[in-house]
Amino acid sequence: MKFDTPATTNPIDQMKVVGKATTRIEGPLKTTGTAHYAYEHHDAVPNQAYGVVVGSAIAKGRIASMDLEAAQAAPGVLAIVTAANAGTLGKGKYNTAKLLAGPDIEHYHQAVALVVAETFEQARAAAELVNVSYARAEGVFDLAATRDSGKEAKDQMPDTVHGDFEGAFAAAPVQLDATYTTPDQAHAMMEPFASMAAWDGDKLTLWTSNQMIDWSVSDLATTLGVPKQNVRLISPYIGGGFGGKLFIRADAVLAALGARMAARPVKVALARPMMFNNSTHRPATIQRIRIGTTADGKITAMAHEGWSGDLPGGKVESATQPSQLLYAGEHRRVTMRLSTLDLPEGNAMRAPGEAPGMMALEIAMDEMAEKLKLDPIEFRILNDTQVDPVKPQRPFSQRRLIECLRTGAERFGWSKRQPQTGTQREGRWLIGQGMAVAFRNNLLVKSGARVRLNDQGIVTVETDMTDIGTGSYTIIAQTAAEMMGVNLDKVVVRLGDSSFPVSAGSGGQFGGNCSTAGVYAACLKLREAVARRLAIKLDDATFAEGEVRSADKRVPLQAAAKSGELVAEDSIEFAELSKTFQQSTFGAHFVEVAVDSATGEIRVRRMLAVCAAGRILNPTSARSQVIGAMTMGVGAALMEELAVDKRLGFFVNHDFAGYEVPVHADIPHQEVIFLDETDPISSPMKAKGVGELGICGVSAAIANAVYNATGIRVREYPITLDKMLDKLPPMI
Amino acid sequence: MRPFTYLRAKSPAEAAALAAQVSDSRFIAGGTNLLDLMKLDIETPTHLIDVNGVGLDRIEATPEGGLRIGALVRNTDLAADSRIRKDYGLLARALLAGASGQLRNVATTAGNLLQRTRCPYFYDTHQACNKRQPGSGCAAIDGFSRQLGIIGVSTACIATHPSDMAVAMRALDALVETVKPDGTTRNIPLAELHRLPGATPNIETTLTAHELITAVTLPTPIGGTHIYQKVRDRSSYAFALISVGAIIQNDGSGRVALGGVAHKPWRVESAESVMPQGAKALTEQLLAGATPTHQNAFKLTLVERTLAAVMAQAREHA
Repeated sequence: MKFDTPATTNPIDQMKVVGKATTRIEGPLKTTGTAHYAYEHHDAVPNQAYGVVVGSAIAKGRIASMDLEAAQAAPGVLAIVTAANAGTLGKGKYNTAKLLAGPDIEHYHQAVALVVAETFEQARAAAELVNVSYARAEGVFDLAATRDSGKEAKDQMPDTVHGDFEGAFAAAPVQLDATYTTPDQAHAMMEPFASMAAWDGDKLTLWTSNQMIDWSVSDLATTLGVPKQNVRLISPYIGGGFGGKLFIRADAVLAALGARMAARPVKVALARPMMFNNSTHRPATIQRIRIGTTADGKITAMAHEGWSGDLPGGKVESATQPSQLLYAGEHRRVTMRLSTLDLPEGNAMRAPGEAPGMMALEIAMDEMAEKLKLDPIEFRILNDTQVDPVKPQRPFSQRRLIECLRTGAERFGWSKRQPQTGTQREGRWLIGQGMAVAFRNNLLVKSGARVRLNDQGIVTVETDMTDIGTGSYTIIAQTAAEMMGVNLDKVVVRLGDSSFPVSAGSGGQFGGNCSTAGVYAACLKLREAVARRLAIKLDDATFAEGEVRSADKRVPLQAAAKSGELVAEDSIEFAELSKTFQQSTFGAHFVEVAVDSATGEIRVRRMLAVCAAGRILNPTSARSQVIGAMTMGVGAALMEELAVDKRLGFFVNHDFAGYEVPVHADIPHQEVIFLDETDPISSPMKAKGVGELGICGVSAAIANAVYNATGIRVREYPITLDKMLDKLPPMI
Repeated sequence: MRPFTYLRAKSPAEAAALAAQVSDSRFIAGGTNLLDLMKLDIETPTHLIDVNGVGLDRIEATPEGGLRIGALVRNTDLAADSRIRKDYGLLARALLAGASGQLRNVATTAGNLLQRTRCPYFYDTHQACNKRQPGSGCAAIDGFSRQLGIIGVSTACIATHPSDMAVAMRALDALVETVKPDGTTRNIPLAELHRLPGATPNIETTLTAHELITAVTLPTPIGGTHIYQKVRDRSSYAFALISVGAIIQNDGSGRVALGGVAHKPWRVESAESVMPQGAKALTEQLLAGATPTHQNAFKLTLVERTLAAVMAQAREHA
């Protein structure tokens, strides 16, 4: 179905199942270890062999020679795949660097070989024996040094220039001009990249861990040079992705090549120390923000200019993008510049663009509010806009930012905050509170599903949608149950298989809204088919409590499938509504921190997020999404940084001992409030994305709280104690 | 993994003797560090001697009024021992500041002392590291050195010893008991167990070949306020940027050892006489001659401020 007019009343509005707090339906499988992840399909095919990836020891250059003799002679070795013997490989649409390098090396730990052996241990030992000689070439590894060479990426994020920024800024009585940096960050998902490949003739089955099944089938087929219909991907459970698994990675391609060469199924997982440089990451940014206001705080000029780097042909991190839409102001300039770096490939990570952008913008807003002697909440409310500031004829479909801010202020006790910095002390601890706006656009992607009804009354949903820990299984089941008028236990959801209809997939916080809208569309068709079979007029039919009811009839739903299973398939396609309206999600973050006045250690004490993100399909999993994102934002604010060795060109801290993410002890009580909202412009579900909203802005709220506690403004993330020590109060 | 043989020893002396029969042997107890290093091809023993069954898992009172901690006492058990908690609070606190609950459940006393550095360049076999591959150079000195050593370092190595427990034992004047393959035993002051890197950072202790640690002895308790302050980038499960282990008496005198700054737990006994003069004077003497990198120079300030906080805390308790 085409979604081209705002949704009117529909069966989802009953909210008998949708919108109810529901624990995840696949939860028992996960807690009992019976949900099989990519590396765990031990019984799917017999005779599995193991592959271990060899990563490049240099960042840039070429392989001078490769001696495989010792590795080939090692016990148990079945095959060694290299670029020299893998045949011609294509390159998928979504990866920038090759997934099997040779002879040229594009980045550190880029795969140069796969060693396949009878056991994992044999493969790992033999991988150490692959003897590669490299010719190292000069590379460029320092973003700051490339700043002036950055270019506009017109196809990705063209400049937004509106009015006369320079003139308006120069004329503004109150000005801010500050530069912020965000570091490279790792997805650091729990489940590593892992795949198992099995060939049956020229047909490939790949069990893998992947967010976007259809993209990845295409890219794998292109890379291997086989027809797309010969590739099947199976990815029912995913132990975290955060954007790192939007695309195929080395494990997928090398498992397929290894299985072909060894003529056996081959499984490959990346070892943790290889995850950080072999795969993608969120690129570092430099962001300069200039804001000019009237004396009473109305923004007249806003420039947000950013710089990021990537491999040749790579992607810009569109960090400045939120400044196109978030605040009013006539004269603006929003740009990104992309320069060439020879570090590992940059790509999407949870809220790409907005997450690092809001880290900077929302500190700048705090700084500006202080200059204006305005409360930071009031400053934001003063500059709220209900329309696209550059295209005033284009309203937001829903924008309840002010309500988020007011609700949060009330619930958090914002009025008790001391605007004067460094004035709240509890023993050694300096206490402070900060806030920031959360903002993330609502993206819409076509999504399909197939729905079956059998004679037991079981409704089975099949779609290639994925559940990356987000709760897709559950909201899809809730949608089907609501549409067909059955209880949740009558719904079976099957996901993550390329033999199912193509869905939106999991990314850009579009998966929840779009995939359920696709299921809605398929269920509408199934309802038609049921009504037809039961000879009930669809307009008169009510689907409730396992029955189809009309004025004169009550028939059990399964009766419609007595003469054979009913199958319906459809997809939702989004049309002009995303152009005529700006669709975004909003929120407000409130944080309290304590800073050790002696050591500069920062501990978060309280967190609150208030979100306005359309209909909340499942408050339980939506809350999990938001608190998970807030946790990730704590990491981004306080500790996460891929440390670049600017001589050797790699991320040095490439394991979990070096790349620190928050542990339980770092995370205090987190409270999430969802405003009661529906957005009929977004989809028939009237829902919007929520999975990424929670990370947007939260790090800046922490930075602002640290400033409130200490008077120290750190503009270079992460805010670690070494950046504060010399500014802390003297020790007595 | 590379093939290796594996034997279980029944007594400490037998373990040391068995080890001497094979050149590339290692003792294994908890295995929390050794097994990781073997998986990464950093440690490549051909023979493992499992010492878990040699009966060194008790904490006993010594005739002198101290405690003798068997080499195999697990970190969790040691931290929970009522005598340790009562008389050697510094040690219990340091232990609990280290690693995670799961690791402490298997990590042993001797293994903790002998754990190897967490320098990221040591862990990446593509990188030059004199400790891992003597003569290959040190990629860390001009690289990512934020976490690394500031004193007692050399042009060959700036790695730190990562243990918290050892910092407390250093302040407590612990003695390390060992047995050699020939059956002879000796006591090594903890101060003399770990070496500075010098030109041979691959040689990390003064233990001779196949010498096995059998116990750590703590002398008679000395009272005082025991504080272990570990400073790190997150609240738990992180190696120290720096740590301070202090025992401070009511008159302001005391002992201090530092973690996270050197190739060994760092204590300068002669500096302790200036403790009553305050943190600045103490730091100047403790860290005299420090040669930090640009990235880790903040540790000098951090040590001083942390010492000041610890001394203030001790005054409150006094």
